[in-house]
Amino acid sequence: MTLGLSHIELEDGQPTRLAFGEALADAGVNEAIVVLDGDVHNSTYTGLFKERYPERFFNVGIAESNLVGIAAGLAASGKVPVVSSFSIFLLANAFDQIRMSIAFPNQNVKLVGTHAGISIGEDGPSQMGIEDVALACALPGFTVIVPADGASTRAATAAMLEREGPTFLRCGRPAVPVIYEDVTDFHVGKANQLREGSDITIIANGVMVAMALDAAAALASEGVEARVLDMHTVKPIDTEAIERAANETGGIVVAEEHIAYGGLGATVALAAAERAPTRMAFVDIGDTYATSGKPQELLRQYGLTPEAIADQARHVLKA
Amino acid sequence: MLEPRTEPRAQLEATARRIRRDIVTSTTRAGSGHPSTSLSMVEILTVLYFGGVLRYDPSEPHHPERDRFILSKGHGAPGLYAVLAEAGYFPTEDLSTLRQLGSALEGHPNMCRLPGVEASTGSLGQGLSMGIGHALAARLDGHSYRVYVMVGDGESEQGQVWEALMYAGNRGLGNLTLILDRNGYQQTAAVAEVQPLDPLQDKIEAFGWSARTIDGHSLDEVEAAFSWAQSVQEAPQAIIANTVKGKGVSLLEATPGKWHGKPIPPDEVEKALEEIGA
Repeated sequence: MTLGLSHIELEDGQPTRLAFGEALADAGVNEAIVVLDGDVHNSTYTGLFKERYPERFFNVGIAESNLVGIAAGLAASGKVPVVSSFSIFLLANAFDQIRMSIAFPNQNVKLVGTHAGISIGEDGPSQMGIEDVALACALPGFTVIVPADGASTRAATAAMLEREGPTFLRCGRPAVPVIYEDVTDFHVGKANQLREGSDITIIANGVMVAMALDAAAALASEGVEARVLDMHTVKPIDTEAIERAANETGGIVVAEEHIAYGGLGATVALAAAERAPTRMAFVDIGDTYATSGKPQELLRQYGLTPEAIADQARHVLKA
Repeated sequence: MLEPRTEPRAQLEATARRIRRDIVTSTTRAGSGHPSTSLSMVEILTVLYFGGVLRYDPSEPHHPERDRFILSKGHGAPGLYAVLAEAGYFPTEDLSTLRQLGSALEGHPNMCRLPGVEASTGSLGQGLSMGIGHALAARLDGHSYRVYVMVGDGESEQGQVWEALMYAGNRGLGNLTLILDRNGYQQTAAVAEVQPLDPLQDKIEAFGWSARTIDGHSLDEVEAAFSWAQSVQEAPQAIIANTVKGKGVSLLEATPGKWHGKPIPPDEVEKALEEIGA
């Protein structure tokens, strides 16, 4: 893995949904892969797969329950279905179908939710997946991955397709900063340490990873060395990395673009509480729905900034 | 090549009686379950599994060329289990373990634990979508297997059923057959009181399906319906089977609205088995 520069401007990298769409189209040489769409393939970029493999692409229409059920049937007959739609429509609209048709019978279906988080921007709260990670994590046996940038999303997509078992991959709408120039050693369930530090640990995923690196840079200028972990896999969580962080640094700050409940923060806290209780703080959306606005404005409005992460780190260290 | 099991008529009638017997005894022994829901589909499943329709091999439950049967109305599990035992997927003695801790014969079908179960169901409305997935996979792989899905009439209140009907009709999935077990009752009342479905056949046909309505307890009509379904290539087929909830047991038939999810009391079982004739 090679680290690129991090930036707080959102626009200079690739949207993770596009990286997913490209990686999926590349993976299409595997004839077992079929792609199912809820009529948003020009938004999720599964249209790239459709162009190359139209016979293995199914636009089921705006009917997420049926979409998920059909995927389950395809999986039961040996296919590797990838179902993609806006994250919250997929997870919330079809939750019972995901539970009964995929999770409970442990079907090898890959769910890819795009347009997650508040950074989708102007379309507003009805479209924002801010509870999606909690919903996915609540399903026994599910793997839940939230990649940070284009390169890691490509690696996550490939890893997801190679592994057996139900998986939720979360992607965002806007272009995001480049974290990795390339990713050759992406391992599901194993955090990537992006920066060494022994004073405090910042654990982040998705769009918050770039902000965590910026927060660490700001802290370094004050003489505080922060370890930064890209915890791309929320489930199964990397308990060993969390235990090391708790034992080797002065506390943990968790940052995620999600409500405070049931996501990365809660999962890290559970692991830390069990293995090595430590001081913790959390940067997230809290317990509220957002509004319309530009992505960058919304992230600031709801406290998802490098400054907020750095503030929480200082707070933990002071306590 | 998989062949269906084809019993002569007299044997088929005896098989149906044994399945009814097993439904009654297994649920009463369990002290819970849905015998009346199971009894309404006995002739349909008997013809499907033993009357020359479904191609399967219990020694190879995941044979890629097998026909699939999905019980979407999962609470009919005791009926499905009795049929699968009769077909040879597991010993008939296992039926006595219904709903017990450790038994693979759970309250609702679990495909991961019991061979022959094609889908884990019990949350209503989901089986037809799964059936579509199997049917699409058959097309992709060039397989000739057919997919049969049984849905209840009360279950048809679920929106997902209509999403699936719309999709399969529009795609002309000729390898997919829906059997609608129209026993007329849901948990608390008659379907006609809760959410009238008529004109049901017209509605399903309007979604692009070929459909016909039959007496779901007439072996002749059920056999003819499956033959007809296999002859239709260009569209999915719906067999709307008018049935009686609790069929074969007068206690249940008399007040079908009162017996949903209730086993026959132990002191009524002897009379019930007498009526069934098994």
